[in-house]
Amino acid sequence: MATSAPGEPRSSEATGASEGRYRGFPATDGPAPSRHGLSALDASAMTPLKPIPSRRKAALGIAFFALFVAAWSVATFGGFVSKTFLADPLTMLQEGWALFAQFGFAGDIAITVWRVIAGFVLAAMFAVPLGIAMGAYKPVEAFFEPFVSFARYLPASAFIPLLILWAGIGEMQKLLVIFIGSFFQVVLMVAVTVGATRRDLVEAAYTLGASSRGVVRRVLLPSAAPAIAETLRLVLGWAWTYVIVAELIGASSGIGHMITDSQALLNTGQIIFGIIVIGVIGLVSDFLFKWANQRFFPWSLS
Amino acid sequence: MSKLSIDGVSRTFPAVRGGEPTVALQPTTLAIGDNDFITILGPSGCGKSTLLRIVAGLDAPTAGRVVLDGMPVTGPGADRGMVFQSYTLFPWLTVRQNICFGLREKAMPQSQQDEIAAHYIDRVGLAGFEHHYPKMLSGGMQQRTAIARALANDPKILLLDEPFGALDNQTRSLMQELLLGIWEAEKKTVLFVTHDIEEAIFMAGRVVVMSARPGRIKTEVAVDLAHPRHYTVKTTPGFSALKARLTEEIRVEALKVAAAA
Repeated sequence: MATSAPGEPRSSEATGASEGRYRGFPATDGPAPSRHGLSALDASAMTPLKPIPSRRKAALGIAFFALFVAAWSVATFGGFVSKTFLADPLTMLQEGWALFAQFGFAGDIAITVWRVIAGFVLAAMFAVPLGIAMGAYKPVEAFFEPFVSFARYLPASAFIPLLILWAGIGEMQKLLVIFIGSFFQVVLMVAVTVGATRRDLVEAAYTLGASSRGVVRRVLLPSAAPAIAETLRLVLGWAWTYVIVAELIGASSGIGHMITDSQALLNTGQIIFGIIVIGVIGLVSDFLFKWANQRFFPWSLS
Repeated sequence: MSKLSIDGVSRTFPAVRGGEPTVALQPTTLAIGDNDFITILGPSGCGKSTLLRIVAGLDAPTAGRVVLDGMPVTGPGADRGMVFQSYTLFPWLTVRQNICFGLREKAMPQSQQDEIAAHYIDRVGLAGFEHHYPKMLSGGMQQRTAIARALANDPKILLLDEPFGALDNQTRSLMQELLLGIWEAEKKTVLFVTHDIEEAIFMAGRVVVMSARPGRIKTEVAVDLAHPRHYTVKTTPGFSALKARLTEEIRVEALKVAAAA
């Protein structure tokens, strides 16, 4: 949909025009001389800000993963690091399989994912409206902003002992850790986003007869929506850190709990597998968010 | 009885950090009749945009008042449509949704909105682009949509703040003809701010020349060129004489600005 407008010349800032801007550079099209894409690192490819073909981009991204695993393999299979401290990739995979087959790890993943989503949704439900109110109405901002700015530097993990005291070691305590960790961040970032709405758009809305409420509903909200979604994507990543920390202490289920258990047994393979699973889930949620943003905000220049 | 009267309107911006307060606009009085096309011509920094923003209600005068159809202006409203120099289409709305913005705010039924939008989309030559987002449009197309958006609201007066200032020369000329054509066909009261002398003469029934900072009205020049005006009017002797006269007036002001800087 966002590709080309027939007829009239388009503004140069429109997407898609960017390809042509680089016509002056030495051609990088055509078959890549090297399969793994490292030829992209030759001198002409290292021109600042010059885009690269999407296939080469993917190849480069995968190349680093391969390099990383290779270095890990050399360190472990080569006997440079003791098995006690670091499992090799194969052991890690075997342990991972055992986790699923024998120890019901799928249940741990499910409970952790549930905690993150529940805690995060809870935080977003309160934080986004408050952030919007602060961004739109300066008295509201003046009232809350100093406290929120202070509260956002309180480390969520330091609240865990208190939260155990208040809420026990049940689900509520895990959700509260995530809530505290995400809430203030989201409030502040949403407030800044809404407050930065282009003034000329607001003025245009007023001259079209919009009321104050109309300006909030029909200008501030839609204008800030893509950036708010981006904020949520970012903070969801942090929520993953908080949930694991919460599960390391006083939990009887979840990925974090499995990691503490494995630590007691010195099973580094399981620990690494657990960490990788968290990374993969994070990556998937990131993709989902990006996909949803592009779908819901096709007008946005992202 | 004039449609819009500007009575002794002035604007002084408060002092910043011990400096002197800035007088952007000296007391200004101007009467605009029904269906007049007035251009306000002046060098940059002459307060012409400030005056327009006060009429729009986006800025408050330090003294004086603006009266539209007997009602004093106290804030922005749908009875004064505005087109800005910067591109102010709502990026999340399509061309048609942008044009319907004010109509929706009035809670007009959708079918009626669509009818009005279709009329103005056709008027500004954007048929086929109804469902495009602003970022897919050229600057000229965006400003045409902005004009359609303001007109769709059927305002009592249309205010334009250098709307074609960011466009290239060719597009600019076409836009002038387009706007003039709409005015000749639909008869609107228009207040058009520009620093382009040719643009000011071509469009206007009356050119109001403003002096350099602090801004005030220096002189008014009636443009007695017949309507409908074709772009070829720009090469007629009558047009050239007006251009020569206004060039002289503006040059004096521009020199003052340069000397003060």
